[in-house]
Amino acid sequence: MTERAFDFRKYVFVFIITSVIFFTAFFVGNYFNEKKIEEIRSIENNIAIDILSSETQYALLAESSCDTIGDSILSEELGSLGEKLAYTEERRGNDNLEVISLKKSYSLLLIKDYLLMNRISEKCGLNPIFILYFYSNKGDCPDCTREGYVLTRLRKKYPALRIYSFDYNLDLSAVQTLISIKKIERKLPALVIDNSVYYGFQGVKDIEKIIPRLSEIASSTEAVEES
Amino acid sequence: MSGFSNGFIYVIIFFSLYFEIFLFITYLEKREVMKKEESKKNTKTLPSVSIIVPCYNEEKTIGKTLLSLLNLNYPKDKLQIIVINDGSTDSTAKVLKRFGRHRNVDIFHKENGGKYTALNFGLTQARGKLVGCLDADSFVEKDSLKKIAVYFEDKSVMSVVPSIIVHSPSNIIQFVQHAEYQWGIFLRKVLSYVGSLYVAPGPFSIFRRSVFEKIGNYTDGHCTEDLEIALRMQKHHYRILNAHNAFVHTVAPPTLKKLYRQRLRWTYGFLKNALDYRELFFKKEYGHLGSIVLPMAVITIFITLYYIITALWTVGEKTLEYVTRIQTVGLPALSLESFHFDLFFVNIDSILFLTLALFILTITLLLLGKRIAEGHWNVSKDVLYFLLLYPLIAPLWLLKAIYDVAFARKVQWR
Repeated sequence: MTERAFDFRKYVFVFIITSVIFFTAFFVGNYFNEKKIEEIRSIENNIAIDILSSETQYALLAESSCDTIGDSILSEELGSLGEKLAYTEERRGNDNLEVISLKKSYSLLLIKDYLLMNRISEKCGLNPIFILYFYSNKGDCPDCTREGYVLTRLRKKYPALRIYSFDYNLDLSAVQTLISIKKIERKLPALVIDNSVYYGFQGVKDIEKIIPRLSEIASSTEAVEES
Repeated sequence: MSGFSNGFIYVIIFFSLYFEIFLFITYLEKREVMKKEESKKNTKTLPSVSIIVPCYNEEKTIGKTLLSLLNLNYPKDKLQIIVINDGSTDSTAKVLKRFGRHRNVDIFHKENGGKYTALNFGLTQARGKLVGCLDADSFVEKDSLKKIAVYFEDKSVMSVVPSIIVHSPSNIIQFVQHAEYQWGIFLRKVLSYVGSLYVAPGPFSIFRRSVFEKIGNYTDGHCTEDLEIALRMQKHHYRILNAHNAFVHTVAPPTLKKLYRQRLRWTYGFLKNALDYRELFFKKEYGHLGSIVLPMAVITIFITLYYIITALWTVGEKTLEYVTRIQTVGLPALSLESFHFDLFFVNIDSILFLTLALFILTITLLLLGKRIAEGHWNVSKDVLYFLLLYPLIAPLWLLKAIYDVAFARKVQWR
């Protein structure tokens, strides 16, 4: 009625079944992860095309009206891409090569958007509000997480506000050039608003005080909520 | 998550899956045998049986326990009931008086010395060819003894253990245990088939008397004498089987505090006895018991702990994140506006799929136990309570038991 003996064949059989389940789960999991990376790449490609399109529009500006440009450029999509990238970075680790590569492309897109928006603003007399945010996630910036929450909140509250986040430690010449042009010291978090650099944690109210114009661009929903 | 941590999770999931698949395959192999066992009837004369009932302050349940024994569908002249009052300070003695008039009930009073001393005293009074014990908070079903006796027709069987179910669960803590005991019913049956039962529980485990004559009486066994005697029997290559259709009802601890103390004693006792009988581990001569069952039983304690701590840690981290968010930007951090569902943020990775596979397999085994016990495998509230609450409360005694074993602290009965 019982089988006490050491049963090598049974152990091997169970091992094979376990391995099949194990590797199936492994491959399915990897498949979905790859899909996510593909999604990020696809968003990046879309944004790259958008920027290229805007640049082309800008080049054609002499022949077209300023009305056709402006808001057509990214912002929302860049924000959602940033969130997805942050999530992927959290899951895969900030030393993951795929993550670093995606972050580099993302940072380049941000810089391109920033430059283009500056040029368009000058040409068309627009007055957009930019915040350049420099952070570190290497454990040397205890306030960066909280600053991230503040900027996410501001982005929701003021959809027209353009926030560009850069990893201070990213090994990308364009980002490092931006850091040296703006003379950003390693006292993170650092915010660049209207060409002034603010070091250390800045809360929602601090930033609203620094940029009084924010109240003018508050969304109508938010305005109702606040009142 | 670090590479090491991920690698460790994969290893423990692999072990857990392996063990559950091992159990499931064994069950599938033995389904037909199990059916045959259920229809098997006694062909020989029923053996004489002595049941020892040790009791210490059991005034609330002892009466019902003895009535269930007296109501057993077993020849009265072949059933001796030995009640040992182990120095009770409540009115247990008074309740016992009522049973003195039954000719097959022998009542003894002794100074308190612990359960194993009461059992050993009972052994000196036992006249039956088979000797069993029944905890004074457990009640046997009418046919249980007959169903157990069938197994002893095979001369090589030295002990038979029943299926234990929780008696009339009435609160969440007892419902959690109800489901857990059903999982235990499945596990006990499968372990019986692979010759690896390592506990002969207090509620109605029956032995050939010769077992005690040959390998000695009960010992304290770190307050788990039922575990120690079973391991000692395994060491001597004695067969222990499970009569899955012989049911015994036991009163489960009704409060978390009482459950904690009971489980702490069980887990501590298991770990200490596992250390005492470490020679059984990884020895071919002890078959599945030594090569897979005992090692997995030990590993499972640590795996469960790791899983639960990781889960609680994650919940804690997320809570802290939200608290920080609220502290930083105020309540708007929780506004619905900030939430938007995107499949991207659902953590679909291989660990999720493997955990899911493990979860489904665990529920399947639990429901198989339910089918053995209740004849159906509907998912009822006890299963849900078990799945939701057990992971939260189990770390309490697992951690303490490991601490007590590591720092040589003794666990008490009560």
